[in-house]
This record gives sequence, C-alpha cells and structure tokens, in this order.
Amino acid sequence: MNMKLGKLGASETDKLRHMNSFGRKNAITYGFVIVVGAILMALNATGGLSSMMRGMLVPICAYVVMAISLNLTVGIMGELSLGHAGFMSVGAFTGTAAAISLQNLIPQAGLRLFIALLVGAIFGAIFGFLIGIPVLRLKGDYLAIVTLAFGEIIKSIFNNLFVGLDSRGFHFSLLSDKTNLEPDGKLIIGGPMGIGGIQKISTFLAGLILILVALFLVFHFINSRQGRAVMAIRDNRIAAESVGIPVFRYKMTAFTLSAAIAGAAGTLFAMNYSTIVANKFDFNTSILILVFVVLGGQGNLLGGIIAAAALTILPEALRQFSDYRMLVYAIVLILVMLATNNATFRDKLGKCGRKIKSIFGGKAREKEETANV
Amino acid sequence: MSTILKVEDINVYYGSIHAIKGISFSVNEGEIVTLIGANGAGKSTTLNTISGLLRSTTGSITFMDENLARVPPHKIVAKGLALVPEGRRVFLQMTVQENLEMGAFTQSNAGIPKDLEMVYELFPRLRERRRQVSGTLSGGEQQMLAMGRALMSHPKLLMLDEPSMGLAPILVEQIFDIIRNLHKAGSTILLVEQNAQAALSIADRAYVLETGKITVSGTGKELLASPEIKKAYLGG
Repeated sequence: MNMKLGKLGASETDKLRHMNSFGRKNAITYGFVIVVGAILMALNATGGLSSMMRGMLVPICAYVVMAISLNLTVGIMGELSLGHAGFMSVGAFTGTAAAISLQNLIPQAGLRLFIALLVGAIFGAIFGFLIGIPVLRLKGDYLAIVTLAFGEIIKSIFNNLFVGLDSRGFHFSLLSDKTNLEPDGKLIIGGPMGIGGIQKISTFLAGLILILVALFLVFHFINSRQGRAVMAIRDNRIAAESVGIPVFRYKMTAFTLSAAIAGAAGTLFAMNYSTIVANKFDFNTSILILVFVVLGGQGNLLGGIIAAAALTILPEALRQFSDYRMLVYAIVLILVMLATNNATFRDKLGKCGRKIKSIFGGKAREKEETANV
Repeated sequence: MSTILKVEDINVYYGSIHAIKGISFSVNEGEIVTLIGANGAGKSTTLNTISGLLRSTTGSITFMDENLARVPPHKIVAKGLALVPEGRRVFLQMTVQENLEMGAFTQSNAGIPKDLEMVYELFPRLRERRRQVSGTLSGGEQQMLAMGRALMSHPKLLMLDEPSMGLAPILVEQIFDIIRNLHKAGSTILLVEQNAQAALSIADRAYVLETGKITVSGTGKELLASPEIKKAYLGG
C-alpha cells in the first residue's frame, strides 16, 4: 500500500515538473519580448533609433504577431497554411474601416485603435471559421493548396469592394463604385485603391501589447486540454480519433483562433500607413510569414518571433546592396539554415543556451528565496 | 451472459467497391471474440465501421442496447467502446505517460492517477519507460502502449486490430498473454487477427471473414479443429 502511494506521488511530481518546464519556456518568451520591447522603447524615446528602425517598429510587431498566429496553424496543428496573409488582409480592411467610421464618434486614438483591433480580430475569426469549414476537412498538400486559393480570393474581394459611409449608413458595392454617396459621405474602401487617408494611430506600445496578448492566448491554448488534443491530432490523427478526440472541432478552434490573431495583426499593420491596398497581402506575404515560422522552428514561438523581427529588418538593412538585395537575403536565409542544421554549431548554441538558462534559473531561485524571506 | 455488441447485416462501400457484404455477428459480455481472415477480407473495415470511422449503408450496430448508426466517433469512445488501431498508432512525439493521459481524454481528471497505476501494473515495461518519448519504443512496447492507452478510457468492449502485426513470435506470445490476462480480469474483447492459430487458441468464439462475408463461425476450439480452416489458414 505504502509503495503504491509512493509511486502515485512520483507520477504527481512528474506532472508538476512537466508543467514547470512548460512554464519556464513560456516565461523566457514573455521575458524576451518585454525586455527587448522596453529597450527599444527607451531607445526610441531618447532618439537612439535610426529613422529606418523607427518606421519599422510597428510592422515588426505586426509580423511577429503573424508569426505567432501562423505558428499555431503550422507548428501546433501541423497543417500548412499558404493563405495567412488573407486573414491579415481581412483584419487590415475591416479594422481600418471601423477606425475611420468611428473617427468622429471616438476622438481618443487609443480607444479607437483598441476597437479597430477587436473588429479586425472578430472578422479574422469569422473568415477563419467560414474558410475552415471546407479547408479543415482536407489534409496535407490539398489543405495547403486550398488555403492558397482562399488567400487569393480574399485579395480579389478587397480589390473589387467599394464601401462608403454617409448619413444614411453604410453602402456596399462590388466591381465598380455604385455607392451613390450623399454629399456628406465618404468612400472608405475604394476597390483597387484600397483605403486612403488613414490616421496612423498604431503605436509601438500597442504592438507590444498585442504581441503579449497573442502570446498569452497561444500559450494558454497549447497548455489547455484543447491544445493537447490538437497536438495529438498532429501527431497521429487515427490514434487521436481512437481515444475519442473530435478532430474537426478542435482543429476548427485552433484555426479560428489563429485567424483572429492574424486579423488583429493586420489591423495593427494597416493603421501604421496612410494608405493600404489589397495587393500588399498577396501570396508573397503568406510565404514570408511561413518563412518566419519555418526558420524559427515549427512550434517554437520564441524562434518565430526572432525570425520575424530579423527578417523584417534584414531587407531594409540590405538596402545598400540595392539590386542585389533579395539575392543577399536568400543567401543569408540559406546560411542560417545550414548553420542551425550543423551538428557542431547546434551543440555550441545549445551549450550557450544552457548557460543563459542556468544564469536565469539562478536568478529566479534567488528571487524565490528573497520572496520567501 | 448479455450481448454487449450486436452487428446486424452491415454493408460498407469504398466508393464502388463493396467491402463488407451484409455481415452479422455479436459479442457477449466477458467473451473474447475473434474475426480472422486473409488480407482484404474486411476485418479492419468492420472494426472501423463499429467505431464510427466508416458508415454502413444498411443494417444496424447496437452497443449496450443503443444504435450507433448516427453517433460520431468521439462519442462512441465515451460510451465505452475503445479501438486499438492497426499498426500501433501511438503519439510518437509524446512521452509514454502523456500517451496514456491522452487515452483518458473522455474521462474526468480525478481518476487518471488510479488508471495510470492500473495500466502500469499490467505493463511493467511501460512504467520503466514512462518518461521516454514513445517514438523511441520498440514495436512490441508501442503495441503495449496502444493497448494501455485504450484501457485508460475504461472500455466496456476493447477492440484490437491486428495486435501481432509486425512483431517477433516471442512478442506475439507476450501480447496474447496480456490479452488472456485482460480477459481473465473480466474485459470483453473483439480481436481481429491474421495470426489465426494464436487468435483461435484464446478466443471463446470466432468468425471467419472471406471477401466481405462471414463464411464460418463457431467456438475457437471448433475452428481450430476444423479441417477447412486448417487448410486455409493454418497451413495444412
């Protein structure tokens, strides 16, 4: 009897240890984002950033959030989505349209941005859900191809959508501007012209908060019962079905959440520019986001964040190479992949990581002790 | 002995291919019933239909006096019908213990430590390896893990799809010993096998499937002794 109790105790501590290791990984990711964010904000306030970097702070945040979002689909759910820029586009257009419509009603920029982000996320989620119905019944390559198609469909819709607002309310039309607005009206979305005259209310702080919220949502999801189920489906769909996991429902939850986060990222991105057009969110953007995730390591949120930031800065930093920019960009990508796949290099990197971890771990323990005192 | 599973006149198609042609059989509480047959006879199709992954166009599948025709697969598991799929199918990237915990997906958390203990008691090897990633286990250990995982859902009927597939003879013997022990402990088992000799020697009753039809049925001993079966499946 005693022995049995002992064994039970052991399995309980196993579980605790398991959760702690999850928790520590999450804490490192949160810590990294907060520390780097704080440093950049301090530099920005004291004028220590070049104008190039200053202009890129919000786009970096938006792409980091996109990387977190796509990591949920590609890394956690294990399905290749090639149309993620579509959800970004949905968020960009709906969120910005909401912000413009509310311009007179809500003068505070912060609150308006918050509502715009929320609208972007909600519409992202709606599109994610609707597209998920056919897409998530497919597997592997077929799923990838269909998401690619939906990404292009969304682009075409926004390229041909006209939305106007006047005293009589909203007016929608497709293909050509048939909104017939009253004289006091304003065309919000102008088809291929996109949205113009956007007030740039996105801030770096808002971007940082959005990153943290996205991280919280995704980490919370991964560590939940649903997240476990989704990872089990990724691991082996047949086995997952055999233990009683409703596969479609859980994949849908993950996909909708992923699309919602992408929508918010799109809003953040769009509200940093004075005009936004649908062609910005094309297949190339989808692939770019996928590159963040793959380069950072599928399922590795911190890696994805770093890759997103680095690969957003890189093309700008390579401007001095002018025409050869994309060539150098490709070479850097290849070198990074070669280096991280090299056994000796990985080993050294791992040692470095362990050292940093032990320093952090030591500090955490010290903190705990002082807290106990 | 009450009937726990009753399959009546089911027909299953893969597109235009008629895989199961109107078969009927039943499993009583506490029995080991085996379906044997050659490749392509429809054994796995039958199990997949019972667990709701495939649908029959006719007839009925009744489990514990309830028609399963419209019940989705995940709810069928919750009702106490567990399938150990063919080819082991463990979650390769999870540890042994995490695999077992996934098996309790339809159960409440409170019972998990007790059920884990029960599975580890049955498969001591799994306890030794509980923190190991299951992709590093041998074939036999993965089969044990798949069975242990199914047991975590408290099945009233355990369906095993070719547990001996791809295992060395000595491991096959071990797996069948475990099935025998489960049976002694009161489990009801529906066993699908190609290894007719081993399956018939532990089965209370057996059905022989040939190209989607049940051609022979009887007790395990009868079939073992039957000259036809000997000729077709047991090698002379």
